[in-house]
Amino acid sequence: MVETKELEEISRKIRRDIMVMLAEAGSGHSGGSLSAVEVLVSLFWNILKHDPENPAWEERDWFVLSKGHACPVLYAVLAARGYFPRETLWTLRKLDSILQGHPHRLKTPGVEFSTGSLGQGLSLATGAAMGLKRQGKPNSVFVLTGDGEQTEGAIWEAGMTAAHYRLDNLCAVCDRNYLMIDGNTEEVMGLDPLPDKWRAFKWHVIEVDGHDLRQLTYAYQRFILEKKRPTMIIANTIKGRGVSFMENQADWHGAAPKKGEQVQQALADLGFTAPWEEYMKHDFDWLG
Amino acid sequence: MGGIREDMHLADYRKGVDMVPSRDGYGHGLLWLCEHDDRVVVCDADLAKSTRTIWVRDKFPEKHVDFGISEQDMLAEAGGMSRTGLVPFVTTYGVFVAGRAWDQVRTSICYGDLNVKIGGAHGGISVGPDGPTHQSLEEIPLMRVLPGMTLVVPTDAPECQKATIWAASHEGPVYLRFGREGVPVITTEETPFTVGRAEVYRDGDDVAIIACGPLVYEALVAADTLAKEGIDARVINCHTIKPMDVDTVVTAARECGAVVTAEEAQVYGGLGGAIAEVICQHCPVPMRIVGIEDTFGESGSPRELLDRYGMNSGNIIAKVKEVLKMKK
Ligand SMILES: Cc1ncc(C[n+]2csc(CCOP(=O)(O)OP(=O)(O)O)c2C)c(N)n1
Ligand SMILES: [Mg+2]
Repeated sequence: MVETKELEEISRKIRRDIMVMLAEAGSGHSGGSLSAVEVLVSLFWNILKHDPENPAWEERDWFVLSKGHACPVLYAVLAARGYFPRETLWTLRKLDSILQGHPHRLKTPGVEFSTGSLGQGLSLATGAAMGLKRQGKPNSVFVLTGDGEQTEGAIWEAGMTAAHYRLDNLCAVCDRNYLMIDGNTEEVMGLDPLPDKWRAFKWHVIEVDGHDLRQLTYAYQRFILEKKRPTMIIANTIKGRGVSFMENQADWHGAAPKKGEQVQQALADLGFTAPWEEYMKHDFDWLG
Repeated sequence: MGGIREDMHLADYRKGVDMVPSRDGYGHGLLWLCEHDDRVVVCDADLAKSTRTIWVRDKFPEKHVDFGISEQDMLAEAGGMSRTGLVPFVTTYGVFVAGRAWDQVRTSICYGDLNVKIGGAHGGISVGPDGPTHQSLEEIPLMRVLPGMTLVVPTDAPECQKATIWAASHEGPVYLRFGREGVPVITTEETPFTVGRAEVYRDGDDVAIIACGPLVYEALVAADTLAKEGIDARVINCHTIKPMDVDTVVTAARECGAVVTAEEAQVYGGLGGAIAEVICQHCPVPMRIVGIEDTFGESGSPRELLDRYGMNSGNIIAKVKEVLKMKK
């Protein structure tokens, strides 16, 4: 188990890499990447069984990014865990990059499914969980959906299926940042009472502060112990978390910080003071 | 020697062009309709800004309905509304409407002949860095095969505006396909536009280049280059894929004896497929199709992608040379 203090420091650096990566790409999704940092960090450092050297390892747990637009956070995490060199991050969204604007399983090691069309990842994950279970395999399947994404009907179809077949090897997380593109979820298309909906769908529901690494790790552990039901962790988060001018701003959903002053400001908010390109240039000790 | 037809009132594209996204034309068309047609209601699936329906939300909030991210539901609900006398303009990216909600479009809307208008945004590979998940390359065949559907692929923003306004006046399902990026504005207010009629923008009788969307501009540029080599190309803006203007296509095939089509879409089943069906059945001549060669795209800048995947004036010229050799 990695100490919470250390995970916090890792999270800060993941946020740094997300910002630099997006600035260099010139486009991409800031808000939903920043809101999901702790959800992924606690999973990838403390819970997930995986082998970056061998992404197809039979005994691995699966991770599916159903809200594919937030791939910068996944790419930063995969790089930090050693799936590919950190320099690769600076090719995001560019011609010939292995890092597509939305995750593509044929190009990026560690990506299980190609996603980006919302409302399909939960079904893919449910299918994987069903496939593993039918073959008597012990692997768990984790999947991260957006909250806006849960306005897709297919989410609820998968929700029924997973509960019906008692897929207790399936753990979904909902990044509950209360924002989609057009605004607040409750104004665009009300989701609440979201936890009650999932309970009514016969899921094991856990609500956590999605930026609290201790709570997240504990929730994942409770999933592992839960039998006969799939688990839905509702992670209450702040979209754009950590960068003052992005926090809770719908307009930062699909925008990248501009090179120069703007990304510099974002880094300053995260406690990084060197010129932003420095973080790309040398392959310094990632955690340094 | 042929040349640009005066009666088309095109912008003087040789002197440089304004680059405007066609989606702006859709937005302006919707604004005009909201002012002039009480029946119109604009439906959105959490993409107000990038599809320009936000202009309606800001100015006519009572005419804007957000469905959240639930495209299949939105399409069928628009069908429901249409039966009450409203004229819904349903708007989202092409992949999510033509793809994901295809069954709703087919059975509820087309089979039931419901008066629903579909704005299919982000058509083509020029969507760019978002990558293949968002680059809609298949809507033309998907929508074209549906009985009762009218399918228009406007060449630029002014034409997209005209098509949008026209759609409200038409009774029955309409699909408008438009793009994200700024593209050359080649038409003007005076440029003729009639749905179902392909317009000859440039006279010529060595080869016919039939294009739609932003590739009409590439076709005009190709024709200028070809003219310098003594090849006289007819350029046709075939904005309406369905119903196809069979007469104009057959006349072009007969008079030119060779045809090249160009579109920002898969080479199977799109404009090229539609033209091939006409030519094979009515006037077989050598033909080539410019488009994406049966592959998904990737992330990159719009220009890089159009070049890599073979949809620029140079690619059109190369195909013209091929058909001219076959023509002999
Ligand atoms: C099927 C589909 N419809 C629309 C979109 C466009 N889109 C991308 S992100 C997004 C909003 C997602 O909001 P949410 O799920 O809350 O994500 P987060 O706040 O975590 O970024 C939309 C509508 C899409 N990618 N897929
Ligand atoms: Mg959200």
